[in-house]
Amino acid sequence: MITTEILVIGAGPAGLMAAIHAAEAGAKVLLVERADRLGGQLIKQTHKFFGSKAEFAGERGMDIAEKLINQSSDISGITIWKNAVVLGIYPDGVVTISHEGAFCTARPKKIIIATGASEKTMAFPNNDLPGIYGAGAVQTLMNVHGVIPAKRILMIGAGNIGVIVAYQLLQAGVEVAGIVEAAPQVGGYRVHAAKLQRHGVPIYTSRTIQAAHGTSCLEGVTIAKLDENWQPVPGSEQYIPVDGLCLAVGLSPLTELLWQANCEMKFAAELGGYVPLRDANMKTTHEDIYVAGDVSGVEEASAAMVEGKLAGLYVASVLGHKKDSFTKEFQTAKSQLSALRSGPASVKICTGLSKVVLEEVG
Amino acid sequence: MPSQERFAKGPIALFECMQQIPCNPCADACPRGAITVKEINDCPSLNEELCNGCGVCMTHCPGLSIFVVDYTYGKDVALVKIPYEFSPLPEAKTVVDALNRQGQCIGTSEVIRVQTSPNKTNIIWLSVPRELAMEVRSIRLRKEEDHES
Repeated sequence: MITTEILVIGAGPAGLMAAIHAAEAGAKVLLVERADRLGGQLIKQTHKFFGSKAEFAGERGMDIAEKLINQSSDISGITIWKNAVVLGIYPDGVVTISHEGAFCTARPKKIIIATGASEKTMAFPNNDLPGIYGAGAVQTLMNVHGVIPAKRILMIGAGNIGVIVAYQLLQAGVEVAGIVEAAPQVGGYRVHAAKLQRHGVPIYTSRTIQAAHGTSCLEGVTIAKLDENWQPVPGSEQYIPVDGLCLAVGLSPLTELLWQANCEMKFAAELGGYVPLRDANMKTTHEDIYVAGDVSGVEEASAAMVEGKLAGLYVASVLGHKKDSFTKEFQTAKSQLSALRSGPASVKICTGLSKVVLEEVG
Repeated sequence: MPSQERFAKGPIALFECMQQIPCNPCADACPRGAITVKEINDCPSLNEELCNGCGVCMTHCPGLSIFVVDYTYGKDVALVKIPYEFSPLPEAKTVVDALNRQGQCIGTSEVIRVQTSPNKTNIIWLSVPRELAMEVRSIRLRKEEDHES
């Protein structure tokens, strides 16, 4: 049985920040990551981040990942386990983990769950043809392994992930046949869409995919117009020849561990699905379980990093590790987070949060 | 949009950043303190007298939405600086296709200078016909056969 003060599950932007800030305050942290490398989705983000300096704005996601990974490795209070899958959280506080294939048990005093989110998919005929990917897979192929996913690709979804990955595809030398978006307007930041448009990438709004075609692999897709009731308009079908199709149709929080630990969950469509109820200090309805990042509601990585910092600082303080600067740092992070969420681009997030953030107790 | 008088004084940054999103690296980047983003979700505002069109903000803008236009560059041509994150980079003194905001080719342009940046947002200086200075926002490198024709 491994004993540690804080177990952080997931080493993406939220988990890394949580571990770093908890350990800096003096807590002993075990940081476990399912993958064989740290950084989560950050390592695939070749674009510069938005936000302010405090969230590394203007720096590329992959460079931010490197900074956080180096920082977490330099702090002696953090033990890092890669290839470590958390299997279960038991009522007596024992956590079971498969680490490098070996079964381990741990008994942490507090747990911060930062497992992130998984991609949603879409149902349409032939959606299992080779050549059809989620946006995360496309990024892994291109930006981690240096492999182009296709010669000519169609993107489904014009949210920030869709427009960003489409731009990265252009950079990799892939022809982007267009972006298909069911809503009447682009959901991602307009500056991202503008980058694509000035390179001649068409954005097809109020359109959906109807079917993929091909025998042994993808050869083309049919898209169709949607009316104001989101129903396909008969006769509006259009065939687009492509050997790649990329789905960027949203994310769902990866909440299995929270369900299993009996945290109270609530559905908030604005946050991507079921998320845990929690207070402003990121504490769930379970006394010892905290959350940070996309698992608590799908949002930008900048917000995930600040949430991780908040959770890390707070949990360390609960365990008696309170830096002199705690109050100041904690309040600064809180105001940073509310500033990020104060604009019109965050209205949806705030609506979702109003459903799941509990009044502060004590 | 700067006035005719301001354009007549020399290069100036243009912000094609019209949506309120949480972002302010341009304000931190400007060595002359010419850019203000009051609340992080505000669009940037530029002090046109302080701005000298140096283009440092262009390399920092995550949205690649800042351009520099200099109408004083030549008699018939203006200078347009665009951010560029593609490989290969064009070479100075070559002719490239000039694209507008919709990606349509609206003419050709000579590459004057290529400023590489450690953060990989490079700046391409383009000489374009004056009347296209507010239109040209991207380029496409020409293939060998384009040069010959």
